[in-house]
Amino acid sequence: MNARLATFALLTAAGLSLMAMVPYLANAYWLALGISLLQYTVLATAWGLFSGPTRYVSLATTAFFGVGAYTVAVLGEALPWPVVLAVAAMLGAALAVLVGLSTLRLSGVYFVIFTFGLAELIRQLVVWFEVNKSHVLGRYVFVPVTQALIYWQLLALAAAVFALGWLIARSRLGFALRIIGEDETVATHCGINTTIAKVTLFVISATVMTLVGAVMAPRWTYIEPSIAFNAMISFQVLIMALLGGAHRLWGPVLGAVPLTLLFELLSANFPNTFTIILGCIFLVIVYLLPRGVVGLIERRRETSVPVQRRLPA
Amino acid sequence: MTAPLPVLAVEGLTRAFGGLVAVNNLALEIGRGEILGLLGPNGSGKTTALNLMSGALRPDAGTIRLMGCDIAGLPPYRIARLGLTRTFQLVRVLDGMDCRENVMAGLVFGRPHLAAVDINARTATLLQRVGLGGQEARLACELTYIDRKRLELARALAPAPDLLLLDEWLAGLNPSELVSGIDLIRSLRDDGITIVLVEHVMRAVRALCDRCVVMSGGRKIAEGVTGSVLADKAVVEAYLGGIAADA
Ligand SMILES: Nc1ncnc2c1ncn2[C@@H]1O[C@H](COP(=O)(O)OP(=O)(O)OP(=O)(O)O)[C@@H](O)[C@H]1O
Ligand SMILES: [Mg+2]
Repeated sequence: MNARLATFALLTAAGLSLMAMVPYLANAYWLALGISLLQYTVLATAWGLFSGPTRYVSLATTAFFGVGAYTVAVLGEALPWPVVLAVAAMLGAALAVLVGLSTLRLSGVYFVIFTFGLAELIRQLVVWFEVNKSHVLGRYVFVPVTQALIYWQLLALAAAVFALGWLIARSRLGFALRIIGEDETVATHCGINTTIAKVTLFVISATVMTLVGAVMAPRWTYIEPSIAFNAMISFQVLIMALLGGAHRLWGPVLGAVPLTLLFELLSANFPNTFTIILGCIFLVIVYLLPRGVVGLIERRRETSVPVQRRLPA
Repeated sequence: MTAPLPVLAVEGLTRAFGGLVAVNNLALEIGRGEILGLLGPNGSGKTTALNLMSGALRPDAGTIRLMGCDIAGLPPYRIARLGLTRTFQLVRVLDGMDCRENVMAGLVFGRPHLAAVDINARTATLLQRVGLGGQEARLACELTYIDRKRLELARALAPAPDLLLLDEWLAGLNPSELVSGIDLIRSLRDDGITIVLVEHVMRAVRALCDRCVVMSGGRKIAEGVTGSVLADKAVVEAYLGGIAADA
């Protein structure tokens, strides 16, 4: 077991170093693709971190992403970069606490609608504030962050989100969330404060999403609310996580990578019909792969070898 | 002489659903180590009363004292941490988890002072106790009906509760399972656990309950020592000679 863990750590380290070399080896096009892949991998994994065990479908991804991006647009030039990131993370976390406490008592459908409305509400608030108070429509993002630096930051975030997910799964919180996912009534009668457990996880997931938005902001030199709070991001992340399978930590990445590539291809070649195709893909996934790629792999394994029971720590 | 503090003291407990008063001004007391039978025909409000005590429902009025501490209206997780656990009329186990994790669920979030216990050893003991010894790795969804009930009981016992609420835990068992079930519950009482037993199986009620409270239409209609309560005219009438006579 220890040998396996060591091998795994070694392979991860090797893989990360290899991926860290990309900016030195690749041209601008491939680097941009790498950034997209990492961006969606982190967003989808963060989405699955919360929605996998709780089975809440959130469309708030873009709300947090946008808050991160806008923090950079407003504070990027005024403060040192690490401070900007820290402020963004705190804003995202604070928003998540607020949203979590007020909505996680809602059941399924209402939660979906609320989170969708939330992104729109925040976008409108930002528009109102910018027009009436700041008297600007958009903002230029002038921060000394190169594409390579964006890539490395996203790679660090990816490593962090997987490490976080791994740790949570082995923690009391992770166990509590699995119980909540099985039967919330039983969970509360076992002594679990389900609200705290869910809000904690929501905040962790949202903070990561906010950081992705902040890290990505310098990629656009000009930001306006419709770019930062693009509802498309929420839907894409949702589809990716579902395709991969949100009930496993490594599920969403299996959806994020192929779909990012597909979306790149589609938006380059069919910019007008892109959303229609997106909708069709969504339907196909829900009908054919209700448990995602992960579910497919797990089913394969179960039929070929006897089920390997996972031993919780 | 001061009477010892009852484990549970309920007064004026009331809860309505729309116009239907499911529990109406209920009062009862349970002393330490006692098994109290909570009886009544279908729809008389027994499960609702348990839901109010365990926090699954909020009372409209009344007090519920668990060892002197008012728990009425507290959320279930706080009541569980104070030492009250329960099973459900329709058995609820965590199907996707194995037996060990099912028991751990009751153990690790329950009472703070249990934080130091050896979880594996205690889980094994609890499974043994309910007749599931050595089944740690079995998935809950693979268990038979009676074993699911046993597993649910082990989960409820895990945090060493002061008060255990059993909602028709013996229902649906065959005669030999019933005998072992009755023995099991009696052994829990011998360990000092106080129990509220909601039950239609009169044989079990006679064998286990020291005292009984009988409800009908949300109200308490009789209370006292088991033998005399079951012979009470109002009680027999409430059951329309049905269940009370079959033992
Ligand atoms: N959540 C609820 N909403 C509306 N009505 C309810 C609810 N729960 C219970 N009731 C009603 O309250 C009354 C008492 O129900 P309860 O389940 O407490 O009865 P019971 O004594 O446990 O019956 P049984 O022996 O059949 O389990 C019934 O008329 C029932 O329909
Ligand atoms: Mg009932």
